[in-house]
Amino acid sequence: MKIINIKELLDAEIICGEEYLGKHVYSACGSDMMSDVLAYVKDQAVLLTGLVNSQVIRTAEMMDMVCIVFVRSKSPNEEMIKLAKESGIVLLRTSKRLYDACGTLYVNGLVGNGKKL
Amino acid sequence: MSDVLNLHYIVDGSDFTSAGQASVNVKKNLRQLGLPAEIIRQVSIAMYEGEINMVIHAGGGEADINVYEDRIEIILEDHGPGIKDIELAMQEGYSTAKDNIRSLGFGAGMGLPNMKKYTDKMDIKSKVGEGTTITMVVNIPV
Repeated sequence: MKIINIKELLDAEIICGEEYLGKHVYSACGSDMMSDVLAYVKDQAVLLTGLVNSQVIRTAEMMDMVCIVFVRSKSPNEEMIKLAKESGIVLLRTSKRLYDACGTLYVNGLVGNGKKL
Repeated sequence: MSDVLNLHYIVDGSDFTSAGQASVNVKKNLRQLGLPAEIIRQVSIAMYEGEINMVIHAGGGEADINVYEDRIEIILEDHGPGIKDIELAMQEGYSTAKDNIRSLGFGAGMGLPNMKKYTDKMDIKSKVGEGTTITMVVNIPV
Protein backbone atom coordinates (compact mmCIF):
# COMPACT_ATOMS: atom_id res chain seq x y z
CA MET A 1 0.00 0.00 0.00
CA LYS A 2 1.17 3.54 -0.68
CA ILE A 3 0.80 6.36 1.83
CA ILE A 4 -1.62 8.05 -0.56
CA ASN A 5 -3.90 4.98 -0.23
CA ILE A 6 -3.91 5.42 3.57
CA LYS A 7 -4.94 9.02 3.10
CA GLU A 8 -7.81 7.98 0.83
CA LEU A 9 -9.00 5.00 2.91
CA LEU A 10 -9.10 7.06 6.11
CA ASP A 11 -10.42 10.18 4.37
CA ALA A 12 -7.44 11.88 5.99
CA GLU A 13 -6.00 15.34 5.67
CA ILE A 14 -2.31 15.81 4.88
CA ILE A 15 -0.55 17.93 7.50
CA CYS A 16 2.93 17.62 6.03
CA GLY A 17 5.08 15.40 3.85
CA GLU A 18 3.03 15.58 0.64
CA GLU A 19 6.15 14.75 -1.36
CA TYR A 20 6.39 11.29 0.23
CA LEU A 21 2.82 10.10 -0.50
CA GLY A 22 4.10 7.71 -3.16
CA LYS A 23 6.18 5.70 -0.65
CA HIS A 24 5.22 2.06 -0.16
CA VAL A 25 4.46 0.78 3.34
CA TYR A 26 3.91 -2.83 4.34
CA SER A 27 2.80 -2.77 7.97
CA ALA A 28 1.42 -0.52 10.70
CA CYS A 29 0.72 -0.32 14.41
CA GLY A 30 -1.76 1.56 16.56
CA SER A 31 -0.99 2.74 20.10
CA ASP A 32 -1.18 5.70 22.45
CA MET A 33 1.70 4.32 24.54
CA MET A 34 5.05 5.20 23.00
CA SER A 35 6.71 2.88 25.54
CA ASP A 36 4.90 -0.04 23.90
CA VAL A 37 5.71 1.13 20.40
CA LEU A 38 9.42 1.22 21.32
CA ALA A 39 9.22 -2.20 23.00
CA TYR A 40 7.04 -4.27 20.70
CA VAL A 41 7.11 -2.76 17.25
CA LYS A 42 9.48 -4.06 14.62
CA ASP A 43 9.68 -2.95 11.01
CA GLN A 44 6.35 -1.16 11.08
CA ALA A 45 6.31 1.88 8.87
CA VAL A 46 3.07 3.56 9.95
CA LEU A 47 2.01 4.65 13.44
CA LEU A 48 -1.64 5.39 14.21
CA THR A 49 -2.12 7.25 17.47
CA GLY A 50 -4.34 9.60 19.44
CA LEU A 51 -1.41 10.93 21.46
CA VAL A 52 -0.20 14.40 20.60
CA ASN A 53 3.24 15.50 21.79
CA SER A 54 6.77 15.82 20.40
CA GLN A 55 7.72 12.36 21.66
CA VAL A 56 5.33 10.79 19.13
CA ILE A 57 7.45 12.22 16.31
CA ARG A 58 10.74 11.27 18.01
CA THR A 59 9.51 7.73 18.68
CA ALA A 60 8.57 7.35 15.00
CA GLU A 61 11.96 8.73 13.98
CA MET A 62 13.80 6.27 16.26
CA MET A 63 11.76 3.37 14.85
CA ASP A 64 12.43 4.41 11.21
CA MET A 65 8.71 4.98 10.63
CA VAL A 66 7.65 7.03 7.62
CA CYS A 67 4.06 8.04 8.40
CA ILE A 68 2.02 9.00 11.48
CA VAL A 69 -1.78 9.09 11.38
CA PHE A 70 -3.43 11.15 14.12
CA VAL A 71 -6.87 9.74 14.89
CA ARG A 72 -9.95 11.39 16.43
CA SER A 73 -9.04 14.62 14.56
CA LYS A 74 -6.09 15.29 16.87
CA SER A 75 -3.84 18.10 15.68
CA PRO A 76 -0.07 18.23 16.11
CA ASN A 77 1.43 21.59 17.09
CA GLU A 78 3.95 23.63 15.07
CA GLU A 79 6.94 22.13 16.91
CA MET A 80 5.78 18.60 16.03
CA ILE A 81 5.23 19.52 12.38
CA LYS A 82 8.72 21.04 12.24
CA LEU A 83 10.27 17.86 13.72
CA ALA A 84 8.34 15.69 11.26
CA LYS A 85 9.49 17.78 8.30
CA GLU A 86 13.12 17.54 9.45
CA SER A 87 12.80 13.76 9.64
CA GLY A 88 10.86 13.32 6.39
CA ILE A 89 7.82 11.85 8.15
CA VAL A 90 4.34 12.21 6.65
CA LEU A 91 1.68 13.46 9.09
CA LEU A 92 -1.98 12.67 8.40
CA ARG A 93 -5.12 13.47 10.38
CA THR A 94 -8.38 11.52 10.29
CA SER A 95 -11.65 11.91 12.18
CA LYS A 96 -11.86 8.11 12.60
CA ARG A 97 -11.19 6.54 15.98
CA LEU A 98 -8.08 4.40 16.50
CA TYR A 99 -9.89 1.06 16.31
CA ASP A 100 -11.81 1.98 13.16
CA ALA A 101 -8.78 3.49 11.44
CA CYS A 102 -6.63 0.40 12.16
CA GLY A 103 -9.45 -1.91 11.05
CA THR A 104 -9.97 -0.06 7.80
CA LEU A 105 -6.29 -0.30 6.89
CA TYR A 106 -6.07 -3.93 8.01
CA VAL A 107 -8.94 -5.20 5.85
CA ASN A 108 -7.39 -3.37 2.93
CA GLY A 109 -4.14 -5.29 3.32
CA LEU A 110 -1.97 -3.23 5.66
CA VAL A 111 -1.10 -5.79 8.33
CA GLY A 112 0.49 -5.57 11.75
CA ASN A 113 3.40 -7.98 11.75
CA GLY A 114 3.77 -8.95 8.14
CA LYS A 115 1.16 -11.74 8.23
CA LYS A 116 -2.59 -11.49 7.83
CA LEU A 117 -4.64 -13.46 10.38
CA MET B 1 41.53 0.45 18.96
CA SER B 2 41.15 4.13 18.16
CA ASP B 3 37.96 6.14 18.61
CA VAL B 4 36.06 7.03 15.47
CA LEU B 5 33.69 9.52 17.04
CA ASN B 6 32.87 10.92 20.50
CA LEU B 7 29.68 12.81 21.24
CA HIS B 8 28.72 14.52 24.49
CA TYR B 9 25.31 15.89 25.48
CA ILE B 10 23.77 17.64 28.45
CA VAL B 11 20.22 16.29 28.81
CA ASP B 12 17.86 18.99 30.09
CA GLY B 13 15.61 17.52 32.74
CA SER B 14 13.18 20.39 33.00
CA ASP B 15 11.44 20.02 29.68
CA PHE B 16 9.74 16.82 28.56
CA THR B 17 9.08 18.31 25.11
CA SER B 18 12.77 18.52 24.28
CA ALA B 19 13.61 15.04 25.63
CA GLY B 20 15.07 12.90 22.88
CA GLN B 21 16.94 15.69 21.10
CA ALA B 22 20.29 14.09 21.89
CA SER B 23 19.11 10.73 20.54
CA VAL B 24 17.93 12.30 17.28
CA ASN B 25 21.33 13.96 16.92
CA VAL B 26 23.18 10.70 17.64
CA LYS B 27 21.11 8.95 14.99
CA LYS B 28 22.03 11.62 12.41
CA ASN B 29 25.73 11.30 13.26
CA LEU B 30 25.67 7.49 13.02
CA ARG B 31 23.94 7.72 9.64
CA GLN B 32 26.70 9.99 8.40
CA LEU B 33 29.25 7.37 9.43
CA GLY B 34 27.41 4.93 7.15
CA LEU B 35 26.82 2.29 9.82
CA PRO B 36 24.32 -0.55 9.15
CA ALA B 37 20.68 0.55 9.61
CA GLU B 38 19.93 -2.13 12.21
CA ILE B 39 22.88 -1.03 14.39
CA ILE B 40 21.78 2.60 14.17
CA ARG B 41 18.25 1.56 15.13
CA GLN B 42 19.45 -0.43 18.16
CA VAL B 43 21.59 2.44 19.43
CA SER B 44 18.88 5.03 18.77
CA ILE B 45 16.14 3.16 20.62
CA ALA B 46 18.35 2.27 23.60
CA MET B 47 19.63 5.82 23.91
CA TYR B 48 16.16 7.37 23.47
CA GLU B 49 14.70 5.17 26.21
CA GLY B 50 17.60 6.13 28.47
CA GLU B 51 17.23 9.81 27.69
CA ILE B 52 13.48 9.73 28.43
CA ASN B 53 14.22 7.92 31.72
CA MET B 54 16.73 10.61 32.70
CA VAL B 55 14.17 13.34 32.10
CA ILE B 56 11.28 11.52 33.81
CA HIS B 57 13.12 10.20 36.85
CA ALA B 58 16.39 12.05 37.37
CA GLY B 59 15.94 15.67 36.33
CA GLY B 60 18.31 15.23 33.38
CA GLY B 61 21.94 14.24 33.18
CA GLU B 62 24.77 13.70 30.73
CA ALA B 63 25.20 11.37 27.78
CA ASP B 64 28.41 10.23 26.12
CA ILE B 65 28.51 8.21 22.93
CA ASN B 66 31.80 6.69 21.89
CA VAL B 67 32.01 5.06 18.50
CA TYR B 68 34.86 2.58 17.99
CA GLU B 69 35.59 0.47 14.96
CA ASP B 70 33.99 -2.61 16.49
CA ARG B 71 31.38 -1.19 18.88
CA ILE B 72 29.34 1.77 20.04
CA GLU B 73 29.35 2.65 23.71
CA ILE B 74 26.55 4.73 25.30
CA ILE B 75 27.13 6.12 28.80
CA LEU B 76 24.23 7.85 30.57
CA GLU B 77 24.98 9.49 33.90
CA ASP B 78 22.57 11.29 36.20
CA HIS B 79 22.49 12.61 39.74
CA GLY B 80 18.87 11.68 40.35
CA PRO B 81 17.33 9.62 43.16
CA GLY B 82 19.01 6.36 42.11
CA ILE B 83 17.37 2.95 41.58
CA LYS B 84 16.47 1.17 44.83
CA ASP B 85 16.08 -2.33 43.41
CA ILE B 86 17.72 -2.82 40.01
CA GLU B 87 16.39 -6.36 39.60
CA LEU B 88 12.83 -5.14 40.12
CA ALA B 89 13.37 -2.15 37.81
CA MET B 90 14.51 -4.56 35.08
CA GLN B 91 11.19 -6.44 35.14
CA GLU B 92 8.91 -5.70 32.20
CA GLY B 93 5.91 -3.65 33.31
CA TYR B 94 7.43 -2.40 36.57
CA SER B 95 7.44 1.40 36.70
CA THR B 96 7.59 4.12 39.32
CA ALA B 97 6.46 6.77 36.81
CA LYS B 98 3.51 8.91 37.83
CA ASP B 99 0.18 9.04 35.97
CA ASN B 100 1.05 12.36 34.33
CA ILE B 101 3.98 10.61 32.60
CA ARG B 102 1.67 7.81 31.42
CA SER B 103 -0.64 10.37 29.89
CA LEU B 104 2.36 11.50 27.81
CA GLY B 105 2.76 7.97 26.43
CA PHE B 106 5.56 6.70 28.67
CA GLY B 107 5.97 4.88 31.97
CA ALA B 108 4.84 1.42 30.89
CA GLY B 109 7.82 -0.15 32.62
CA MET B 110 9.48 -1.15 29.36
CA GLY B 111 12.39 1.31 29.24
CA LEU B 112 15.17 -0.58 31.02
CA PRO B 113 14.18 -4.04 29.66
CA ASN B 114 14.04 -2.51 26.19
CA MET B 115 17.49 -0.95 26.57
CA LYS B 116 18.85 -4.37 27.49
CA LYS B 117 17.03 -6.00 24.58
CA TYR B 118 18.50 -3.65 21.98
CA THR B 119 22.09 -3.71 23.23
CA ASP B 120 24.74 -6.41 23.47
CA LYS B 121 25.84 -5.39 26.95
CA MET B 122 24.27 -3.23 29.64
CA ASP B 123 25.60 -2.34 33.06
CA ILE B 124 23.72 -0.31 35.69
CA LYS B 125 25.51 1.32 38.61
CA SER B 126 23.17 3.12 40.97
CA LYS B 127 23.23 4.50 44.48
CA VAL B 128 20.08 5.76 46.18
CA GLY B 129 20.31 9.51 46.71
CA GLU B 130 23.39 9.87 44.49
CA GLY B 131 22.44 8.85 40.98
CA THR B 132 22.69 6.28 38.25
CA THR B 133 25.19 5.48 35.51
CA ILE B 134 24.16 3.15 32.72
CA THR B 135 26.71 1.86 30.23
CA MET B 136 25.48 0.11 27.09
CA VAL B 137 27.44 -1.45 24.25
CA VAL B 138 26.24 -2.33 20.76
CA ASN B 139 28.72 -4.38 18.75
CA ILE B 140 29.36 -3.49 15.13
CA PRO B 141 29.61 -6.65 13.00
CA VAL B 142 32.80 -6.80 10.95
